[in-house]
Amino acid sequence: MTTTSHPVTGSPGTAGPTNSSDPTGRTIQRPKKPIPWGKIAAWAVMVIFLLITLFPFYWMLRTALSSNNALATDPGSLLPVGMNAGGFERVFGLQDVETAISQGGSGASINFWRYLLNSVIVATAVTVVQTFSCAMAAYAFSRLRWRGRETVFMIFLGSLMIPQIFTLLPNFILIKNLGLVDTLLGIMLPTLFISSFAIFFLRQFFNNISREVEEAALIDGASKARVFFMLILPMSSAPLATLALLTYMSAWNEYFWSLMVSYTDQSRVLTVALGVFRAQAPGTGPDWSGLMAATLVAAAPMLILFALFAKKIVNSIGFSGIK
Amino acid sequence: MSTATTSTRSAPRRRRKDDTKLALLFIAPATVGLLVFLVWPLLTGLYYSFTEYTTLTPPQWIGLENYQRLIADPIFWKSLKVTVLYVLINIGVQTVVALLIAVLMQRLTQSTILRSLVLTPYLVSNVVAAITFLWILDTQLGIFNIFLTWIGFDPVSFWSSETWVIPTVALVNVWRHMGYTALLLFAGLQSIPTHLYEAARTEGAGEITQFRRITLPLLRPILALVLIMTIIGSFQVFDTISVTTQGGPADASKVLQMYIYENAFAQYEFGYASALSVALLVILMVITFTQYWLTKAGQSDLD
Repeated sequence: MTTTSHPVTGSPGTAGPTNSSDPTGRTIQRPKKPIPWGKIAAWAVMVIFLLITLFPFYWMLRTALSSNNALATDPGSLLPVGMNAGGFERVFGLQDVETAISQGGSGASINFWRYLLNSVIVATAVTVVQTFSCAMAAYAFSRLRWRGRETVFMIFLGSLMIPQIFTLLPNFILIKNLGLVDTLLGIMLPTLFISSFAIFFLRQFFNNISREVEEAALIDGASKARVFFMLILPMSSAPLATLALLTYMSAWNEYFWSLMVSYTDQSRVLTVALGVFRAQAPGTGPDWSGLMAATLVAAAPMLILFALFAKKIVNSIGFSGIK
Repeated sequence: MSTATTSTRSAPRRRRKDDTKLALLFIAPATVGLLVFLVWPLLTGLYYSFTEYTTLTPPQWIGLENYQRLIADPIFWKSLKVTVLYVLINIGVQTVVALLIAVLMQRLTQSTILRSLVLTPYLVSNVVAAITFLWILDTQLGIFNIFLTWIGFDPVSFWSSETWVIPTVALVNVWRHMGYTALLLFAGLQSIPTHLYEAARTEGAGEITQFRRITLPLLRPILALVLIMTIIGSFQVFDTISVTTQGGPADASKVLQMYIYENAFAQYEFGYASALSVALLVILMVITFTQYWLTKAGQSDLD
C-alpha cells in the first residue's frame, strides 16, 4: 500500500496559491484542496473488511429464505431463490414430515422452542446468580476489612490462570457423581457462582467509588450490608449491566461443556442442538435452508441484545476497566 | 442484622473495624464455586492423569503409565502439530488484520456504529460461525467456491482436503474474533497521545513512518497482552472442529481438544484424556510464562 503524505486538515503554510511544490519535491500542493488518496484507500480497505464481516449474516438470511431445491440449481444468485419460509417452518416444527422431506429437510423432529427455552434458562440463571455472587465477593475484597483479604483475593486471581479445558473432564465426573448429567442445573453449576474475571472487574470499579458517600451512610447508622445493597449496587448499575451482558453472551454461546453434559431434549441448549441439527443431514445433502434459518434463530437474541446495548458494550472493551 | 457488637460497650466508636463475619458471608457463594468447580477439578484432574479410569469402575492408580503412553502416541504428536499449525495461522492472520482495522479506525473515525459492526461476528457462537462457513465454503454449492470459479480458479474442498482444513478452520475463527481483537487494540491506540502524531506530521513523517516509530512501539505492551490472551484461547479450539469435520479428514484437523474429547467420550478413557489435558495445561503455562517474560523485557516503551 502506497501512502503519500497528505494534509488531513489544511495547514496554513501550504495552502497558498503560490505554493505549487514543497522544497523536498515529494508532494505537490495545488491551489485547490488535494484529493486525499490515502484516506480514500483507507476507507476502501475498511469497507472491504466490513463486507467480509457482514456478508455471512446476509448469506444466512438469503439462504434461510431460499428453498433447498432452488439452492441446488441456482447457488450463485445473490438474492433468495425459490423464496419461501420453509427453513424457518422446519426449525419451529411447523411442517409435517412429508413436506419437510420433500423440501430437503431430514424430517426428524427438532424441538427448537425447547432448546431456545433451555438456553434462555441457563443464560439467565448464570447471569443473575453469577453477577450477584461476584458483586458480593468483589465488595468484600474491596471495602470490607478482614484478615486474609489480600491472600484470598490472590487465590481468586490465580484461578484465572486455569484454562477451561483442564476443569472440563473432572467437572464432568463431578456432575455425573452428583447425578446431574443431562440436567440444566448440571450445565449451569460450574459457572453459576464464580467468574474470577467478574470479581476482578467489579472490585476495580468498587475501589474507585468515593468513600465519602459510603461513610455518610455509615454515620447515619446503616450497616455495611445495607450500604452494599442500597448504595453500592445502585451506584454500580452501569458496570453491572455491562458485565451481565458479557456473561449472558458467553453463557448463550457456550458449547463444549453443554455438549458433554446434555444428551436429550430436556437439557439440550441451542448451540448443542445446532450441532445435532447439522449432523442430521438427510441423504440428499444438508438442509442448508433449514440450517441457516436455525443459525439465525440461535444468533438473533444476541444480535438484538447487542443492537440495544451496542454503545455500552463497545465502549467497555479495553484494558483500563471501565469509567 | 449488624455485625458490630452493640451490647458490649456504649463507646463513642460506632462499630468495630473488623468485618470478618459479613465478609465471609459475602464471599461464601463465590468461594464455594471456586473450590468445588475450579480448585477441586484441578486436583482431581491431576490425580486422574495417574490412573486408569473408565468411569464404570473407580480410578485405579497406574503411576506414569498414561504419560509413557502419551510420549509414544503418534496421534498425540500429530494432534499437537495440527494444533500448533492452527494457532500459528489463526493468531498470525488475526493479529495483522486486527491491527490494520484498529489503526484504520484510529485514523478514520471514532464512530460507535462502525465499531459495533466490526464486533458483530463476536456475538454469534462458534457453532453458528462454523455452520455458516460450512455452507459458504461448500465445495459444490458454496458461494465462495462459485466466486472462485467465476474469477477463474478451480473450486477448493475447504473442509475435506487435508491441506486446506486447518487453514480454513483458522480463518473462520479469525472472522469471528478479528473485530473483538481490533477493538482491544483500538482501546490501546486511544491511549497514545495525539500530539506525538501531530509532531511527527509537522516533521514530515508519512503514515508508515508514524506507524513504525510511534504506534507500534507504544502499543507493544498491549499487543503483548492481547497476544497472550488470544494464543491461550486459540490453543483451546474445539467448537468449530467438533461441528464441522470432527477431526477429519484422516486426523488432519484433530486438534488436541478434539483428541481429548474423543478419548474421554468415545473411548471412555478418562485417565488418558486427563493426562492429555495436563500436557495441554503445561504447554499453555510455558507459553504464558515465556510471553510474560518477553513482555517484561519490552515494558520500557510504555511511558
